[in-house]
Amino acid sequence: MNLANTTTLESAAAFHLPPQFMGWFSAKGWQPRAHQLELLANAEAGKSTLLIAPTGAGKTLAGFLPALVDIVRRDKPKPGEIKRGIHTLYISPLKALAVDIERNLGTPIMEMNLPVRVETRTGDTPASKRQRQKIDPPDILLTTPEQLSLLLSHKDADRFFGDLRYVIFDELHSLVTSKRGHLLSLALTRLWALRPSIQTIGLSATVADPDDLRRWLVPQKIDEDQRSELVMVDGGAKPNITILTSENRIPWSGHSARYAMEDVLAAIKQHKTALIFVNTRSQAELIFRELWTINEDSLPIALHHGSLDVSQRRRVEEAMQKNALRAVVATSTLDLGIDWGDVDLVLHIGSPKGASRLAQRIGRANHRMDEASRAILVPANRFEVMECQAALDANYLGAQDTPPVGNGALDVLCQHILGAACAGPFFDDALYGEIISAAPYAYLPRETFDECLQFVANGGYALRAYERYARIRQTADGSWRITHPSVAQQYRLNAGTIIEAPMLNIRMTRAKTGSGNSGKPGQPGKPGQPASNAMRGGPTLGKIEELFLETLMPGDTFLFAGKVLRFEGIRENECYVSNAQSLDAKIPYYAGGKFPTTTYLSEQVRNMLEKPETWDKLPTQVSQWLGYQKHFSVIPKAGEMLVETFPRGDRFYMVAYAFEGRLAHQTLCMLLTRRMERAGARPIGFVASDYCVAIWGLRDFGAMINNATMRLGDLFNEDMLGDDLEEWLDESFIFKRTFRQCAMIAGLIEKRHPGKEKSGRQMTVSADLIYDVLRSHEPNHILMQATRSDARAGFLDVARVGALLARIKGKIIHKNLEQISPLAVPVMLEVGKESIASEETSDALMAEAAMSAEALVMEAMGQFF
Amino acid sequence: MRPALKSISDTHSGKAFALRFGGQNMLLDPAGVLFLQDFNALIVSDMHLEKGSSFARRGQFLPPYDTAATLDRLGALIEKYAPDIIISLGDSFHDDQGSHRLADSAINQINELAKNRRFIWVTGNHDPSPPEHLPGECANELSLAGIVLRHIANPQEKAAEISGHYHPCATISVRSKNVRRPCFACDGQRLIMPAFGVMTGGLNLADRAYHGLFNRSALRAYMQGRDQIYAIEAKNISGC
Repeated sequence: MNLANTTTLESAAAFHLPPQFMGWFSAKGWQPRAHQLELLANAEAGKSTLLIAPTGAGKTLAGFLPALVDIVRRDKPKPGEIKRGIHTLYISPLKALAVDIERNLGTPIMEMNLPVRVETRTGDTPASKRQRQKIDPPDILLTTPEQLSLLLSHKDADRFFGDLRYVIFDELHSLVTSKRGHLLSLALTRLWALRPSIQTIGLSATVADPDDLRRWLVPQKIDEDQRSELVMVDGGAKPNITILTSENRIPWSGHSARYAMEDVLAAIKQHKTALIFVNTRSQAELIFRELWTINEDSLPIALHHGSLDVSQRRRVEEAMQKNALRAVVATSTLDLGIDWGDVDLVLHIGSPKGASRLAQRIGRANHRMDEASRAILVPANRFEVMECQAALDANYLGAQDTPPVGNGALDVLCQHILGAACAGPFFDDALYGEIISAAPYAYLPRETFDECLQFVANGGYALRAYERYARIRQTADGSWRITHPSVAQQYRLNAGTIIEAPMLNIRMTRAKTGSGNSGKPGQPGKPGQPASNAMRGGPTLGKIEELFLETLMPGDTFLFAGKVLRFEGIRENECYVSNAQSLDAKIPYYAGGKFPTTTYLSEQVRNMLEKPETWDKLPTQVSQWLGYQKHFSVIPKAGEMLVETFPRGDRFYMVAYAFEGRLAHQTLCMLLTRRMERAGARPIGFVASDYCVAIWGLRDFGAMINNATMRLGDLFNEDMLGDDLEEWLDESFIFKRTFRQCAMIAGLIEKRHPGKEKSGRQMTVSADLIYDVLRSHEPNHILMQATRSDARAGFLDVARVGALLARIKGKIIHKNLEQISPLAVPVMLEVGKESIASEETSDALMAEAAMSAEALVMEAMGQFF
Repeated sequence: MRPALKSISDTHSGKAFALRFGGQNMLLDPAGVLFLQDFNALIVSDMHLEKGSSFARRGQFLPPYDTAATLDRLGALIEKYAPDIIISLGDSFHDDQGSHRLADSAINQINELAKNRRFIWVTGNHDPSPPEHLPGECANELSLAGIVLRHIANPQEKAAEISGHYHPCATISVRSKNVRRPCFACDGQRLIMPAFGVMTGGLNLADRAYHGLFNRSALRAYMQGRDQIYAIEAKNISGC
């Protein structure tokens, strides 16, 4: 833990710090910092507090100080007194973080010789220890949101939390915006109900709206906004951020940043330890490989991402703490506040896509507030150059774009209701009262709560078919109870909100071909050979998505854990691979992980585009490119949207520069193509980037716009978000994927059932089927409502499409061109690379793979004659 | 209420695929049923009626609409082919008590479908007992012009055989994009039907469970597209 080494205004004695603490601080030559004391004063006054501070501000000690002081002060347990319950709960979003805190908190406790026992409880904690913790609880329990929900679902929760005083939430900003955060806020309401006097302490990085978090920390009252106290610590030294300059050509599109690898390696050489952040796991694999291809000095460079095996990740983390590494290529698994060795440089590959994300990541480079962190942004393409520059210009390391907390999800609420029933009988009025004290659920209508309750009880179908199988039932005294102990068992197996895409373990085995050594270049294994029955399992390397594996044939090679692997086959739930060498290894893809550029950053880029005088700051290649655009087409003003049309090959293209981020653009594309279809423009495909959309088709879009058979004003009319959206939404694959998650979180589909393991893929199929049935028979079922609101907010970014349509009303400029414009080149290079799955395209793909009519006739002839 | 999903309601509009098998002309309908022209017989497999309620008994409340939806689909196909015989090739119900849980409306629906024609329930592993209170006759196996019909394929069978049970589906990968669909699987000697129930999942043809059932070189997956069947050779099926 990083402790204060600066002095503060107030005297610590004024806050009655117990002598152990005073002695300890002075022995270290330190004084408590102002915010640490302020937090303590709030706590002693019985108030809950949100502490917003940058990394290195001694946030953790500040959070624990009130608890430590209170434990020291309380009376010693009398002999024969029953064991006391937990005094302080600490909730962290990461298991690793809880473990890290245990280690770091141990030092001051030992040095001060405090009578405080600290323990962790995570999914990895052995059953025997959990059992012991129940009987003999520690003073401070470090745990995760899921474990808290589980603890609360037991009948003895009342006793276990009976002495609870403080609840500390670490990295609160990252917790609250997800469904995990919603579940956690509901768990907190149970704690409030059990112990109304508890105080909360939230620790957070800088956020756009601290009031969101302040409300989150305290019980809300009807029609009355409640907020915790707020303590803010200034950001310390300003980070030193630059954009990488490279002699090499910056690519038009793509995300690999391969062009810059030599420069990246040079930067690593000039520093002690570098963290190289990338946006996706695929990118991590690729960059790692590229760096090692040119790493002639064999600098110790490691790889860290969420799909790698835990043991491998731990090894990297340990090496990092010992300062044994020069660089780590990492994804967001390293985003959160785990303590690292002496990192003195952060390299960010690609645009960070959002301001707060960049701030968080750069914070990793430094643990001392008074030293400037050093960071280099490495844009992967020309638009990203502008994004990075715009970011720096806007003095950007604020937190303008942290997402809002948002309304609590209904699937999460369903899970919570079942959990409450597992803990003991409840009355619906009382539970509803509890739930609306959580800030994310403060405005939950009673009817919606009742629908969720019905869903938990018997599925909540209009056709009351399942009442006799109810999981919970209202008894004569009006309370709701579980109908059978197995219901609680089921709940505990499936609690939590983290739903991963179906993944398989990757296990090493011997290559099927050759002598068993790794294949030599030019001697690839024979493809298509079936995997041997004698495949024996070696070490596990990590997990990979089943969807990607289905595109592989035995003998294909792919990159994983920094190695080139040869795909040997699948056995049960494991994917067997062997070492290989290949120059064209595939890069695995992972669902999700691509963040759209935030509204704030998009706006900055539009502003920058408008002002040619700011282009000087950009690399010559980029400013020239914009210059050409100005010459050949138009540079739109910040408030306008440029639409270009041009022919290419035998197709006609329309490119609209909307600058609202990839997700909103995908939604826009789907809606636009429907409209263009109706206008008779015969669109046949589209692609969406973070910056613009491109749609192509068979009729001359430009001419149609010019002769007013298709009007841009109508095309981009706001009413697009009405019926068109509704219709398309229900058919979209995004919707099905969202439904699957909601169904699993709400408990319609079980993640796990005792003694029954289903493979993920089978699960996906059945969720789709359930969706189809529900959609045609009960489209307003509570889970359909939950899915719709999730999809609108999350995957579709409907709000941003709406904002765009409002913003560009009457401000669309059309430019009909003879050929592609310079600005359109990047998106045109994406054409064909990405496409959206739909039933039509699936059929087209099957038609492509199907036997030709002639082949079928030949075969039929063979059968008939 | 919104219009029902295309793939559920418009089953009669799909273009059937003509196949010669076991010396007979058959039509593979993209909705997942088989029509034997010479016998005017419609074969459907693995309807898994009452799957929703079967799960509900264990506390998982899948929508209770699967039986009605499956029977609606079947009704549309009966209208399309006007068969004299309907053969349900086993696992007609998701569990052996399934027929007891049928709602009255569903029983009426089945009576309507079976009116003026033979309805044959072949037993399956999920429903080994004959269904009660329902029209039609029951059998463990059938033989039609030398073609054996049973629920689970018998690897020793020498005659042409039509079965169900496995819920075959196939995955193809075209330009790194996957498409997975239920399919009829046939190697000229044996034909395995896709599952017809609206809430039934599928088992990939590449799975070990199919080992020893097909002559791989002659295997074809007849994948169910939106409006037609796509015939895919084994070499183009992922994992085969």
